[in-house]
Amino acid sequence: MHQTFDAALELNLLHANQAGADHNRDHFDRWGIHCLNLMSSPGAGKTELLERTLATLNAELKMAVIEGDMTTELDADRLRQYDVPVIAINTGRACHLDSKMVAGGLHQLSHHYDPTTFDLVFVENVGNLVCPAEFEVGEHAKVALLSVTEGEDKPLKYPLMFQEADCLLVTKMDLAPYLDLDLEMLVANVRQMNSHAAIIPVSAKTGEGLDLWFDWVRSQVQGMVSSPLLTH
Amino acid sequence: MHETDMTKALIMTVRDWFEDQPIAPNIEAIHLIVGQFTCVEPASLEFAFTAQTQNTFLAGVRLMIQETPLIAFCHRCEVEYAPQMGLQYACPTCHAPMEEIRSGRELKIDRIEYSHHEEEAIASRSSSE
Repeated sequence: MHQTFDAALELNLLHANQAGADHNRDHFDRWGIHCLNLMSSPGAGKTELLERTLATLNAELKMAVIEGDMTTELDADRLRQYDVPVIAINTGRACHLDSKMVAGGLHQLSHHYDPTTFDLVFVENVGNLVCPAEFEVGEHAKVALLSVTEGEDKPLKYPLMFQEADCLLVTKMDLAPYLDLDLEMLVANVRQMNSHAAIIPVSAKTGEGLDLWFDWVRSQVQGMVSSPLLTH
Repeated sequence: MHETDMTKALIMTVRDWFEDQPIAPNIEAIHLIVGQFTCVEPASLEFAFTAQTQNTFLAGVRLMIQETPLIAFCHRCEVEYAPQMGLQYACPTCHAPMEEIRSGRELKIDRIEYSHHEEEAIASRSSSE
């Protein structure tokens, strides 16, 4: 007689990653660090935005960057000129950072520096609109970037990324006059699945909107809850 | 591509369960629940599972994936609705943003279906008599 049994596991497939993320967040909290996870498709301008952010906020906040790059240190090298610790994680062929990789980065950071002296750690995720949204790394807030050249329909096509975001930066606004971008439609599309995110149109090239972004970062570090910014 | 990582996590979880059993079970099927509002493609998961379990204790085990639809709840209208993926997520009646997701975010190992090898089943039966 062939008898089969059922063992109910009811475990989340990502429970190991989630446990790792919670562990990382515990460390951040103990060290008094606020962690922001930056996510976007490749080429949306994460590194450029970070360059401007590091240059401006360096005087008032002690920052570090954990940089996910598939195979190179190109991005990390760009950021190192701002005199801020940059931990490069070569993710190999992985399409996202996971909590274990970020734990490795934190370990390096705390090995070389006193982590309690930092206020803010940026995690620059691997360029990808799909996978990073599913893998928490221990961040306190998620920042999504969408460049104007990508089109206003992307929030509808990659909803999880935009649903999870606490702040959405619409980047490369200096290019908007050359495109048929409908910014109102873009905002409306995001608002279909996200009522809380601050939506800030920016241009790292001209500086447009960056003050609003810096204020948002400051409010995050100070632990203030920011209300959704209205755009246009 | 992250389905490869998820499959690794799945295999590790099942291995932990397998090693905790007093009598080594014969795993026949693993049942997953995968929501529509996740970044997981069931076909990629199945492919990764077949590839990664070759010549392991899970070789030949069936992977059964139950997909759950995206269902949201509108607090204003106090009603559940089914958003249309890729097109419409806000409440179709009052257009309030999709806030509460009641189904579709699942990424769960639901249960393992197993039997005992014939001789072990006989041994455990005779020892309990």
